[in-house]
Amino acid sequence: MTVHQMPADNTKPAYNYAYLDEQTKRMIRRALLKAVAVPGYQVPFGSREMPLARGWGTGGIQITAALIGPADTLKVIDQGADDTTNAVSIRKFFERTADARTSEATEEATIIQTRHRIPEAPLKSGQVMVYQVPMPEPLRKLEPREAETRKMHAWAEYGLMQVKLYESIARFGEVTTTYDYPVMVNGRYVMSPSPIPKFDNPKMHMSPALQLFGAGREKRIYALPPYTSVKSLDFEDHPFRIQSWTQPCGLCGAGDSYLDEVVIDDQGGRMFVCSDSHYCETRRAEGHRGTMLGDAAASGLVEETTP
Amino acid sequence: MIAPGFSDPVFQSQAAFRALLTALSEPGTLQQVAGEVPPPEGLTAATATALLTLADYETPVWLPEALRSGPAGAWLRFHCGATVVDKPAEAAFAVIDGMADEPKLSAFNLGTDQFPDRSTTVIVQIAGLEGGPALTLAGPGIPGSRNIAPLGLRPGFTDELRENGALYPLGVDVLLAHGEGLIGLPRSTQVEEAR
Repeated sequence: MTVHQMPADNTKPAYNYAYLDEQTKRMIRRALLKAVAVPGYQVPFGSREMPLARGWGTGGIQITAALIGPADTLKVIDQGADDTTNAVSIRKFFERTADARTSEATEEATIIQTRHRIPEAPLKSGQVMVYQVPMPEPLRKLEPREAETRKMHAWAEYGLMQVKLYESIARFGEVTTTYDYPVMVNGRYVMSPSPIPKFDNPKMHMSPALQLFGAGREKRIYALPPYTSVKSLDFEDHPFRIQSWTQPCGLCGAGDSYLDEVVIDDQGGRMFVCSDSHYCETRRAEGHRGTMLGDAAASGLVEETTP
Repeated sequence: MIAPGFSDPVFQSQAAFRALLTALSEPGTLQQVAGEVPPPEGLTAATATALLTLADYETPVWLPEALRSGPAGAWLRFHCGATVVDKPAEAAFAVIDGMADEPKLSAFNLGTDQFPDRSTTVIVQIAGLEGGPALTLAGPGIPGSRNIAPLGLRPGFTDELRENGALYPLGVDVLLAHGEGLIGLPRSTQVEEAR
């Protein structure tokens, strides 16, 4: 760029609304429409270079950019939390490029972009979940050749996946996959739910919200329309089970949410806290107290709110 | 004189896309696209808006013979830069008249077993989205079942939709269009005459 082309400070940025150009958005939009028409099938798309590294959520960002408009409220979470690096920078990206209204409240958001979690608060009709997906192909670790996995999906040959789950049971007595647990969508396609814990799998089944999945590096988009059957693969004698914990959240006392284990000292001390930061804050604001809230507030880690 | 396209391409296409996305992810719901586009002769506002939102030089479009050489064909080439093709099977998007006998849905590109996403999206222009014989829909995007009553579909069109659904995951995706309204019928939807 030569000097006379430098934009003045007060001019608008040199890129389009929501960063992507309109032709790219059209291409992504067409892929999204085909993706909702064939739930669970991975639609190839021309993933673009984004101003952050692939693997940091470029697939999700491109879907959000194709979706977002002035009427939307965007929530971004990373491992359940609204305040981690990836979530904060993606939220800032859309505040800057699309003048987006953002929120941390699950119930206020119309678009929720997520990495590795589904919020604890139930999703509503009209909301759109956008998942950042690192590895869209559930069969890739079993069959490295794309030409082969494509045929396996085409002919619904999913025996290999069942064998993998069976081998896990044969060796360990249970299916040891705890995240990215494969699901069968609408009785036809085996799909990777992205690296969400298997705790979240049941939330996908018949969800009233539209769920879109973007893998930027692998150049795939797939989708689950609302009210779509999503069944975690299992066996009659080894039914699918979600994780459970022996204690509730140390801060808000929730016994029904997904908990992260946090090491708190070098003496083997640890605590369990909600991975969904907004859910935990909402519960604390409502007056729920976990056993370790006092300690955490005293050391300035969380604000103790009084209802 | 070619009719105008979007006056504000970024936001008009964004709003129209959200209506299209809801139409195809919640089949049978009536979606409205804002009718700010004066459509060329032969296209409804909903059809014109959908094509402006989705079609470009990457997507061949099939139009009925009468529209192809008329103002609609010129409008499409000018605003979208799309190729207008003669063979239904080559089209990414197609516009058909609900009462015309030909082409059948099966004449369009149904996708291949390895790439079912390459099928045609068919926009069917009909006389009304309400007031016709009732159809019952079921499938992804529909809690239980949902009824629609499109008016002005050719005899046997329900059978074509049923045969199209039986090809799942192959098949065309259908959008019923009238005025500014759209109803999506993706291939995943099972269509039956209501009793």
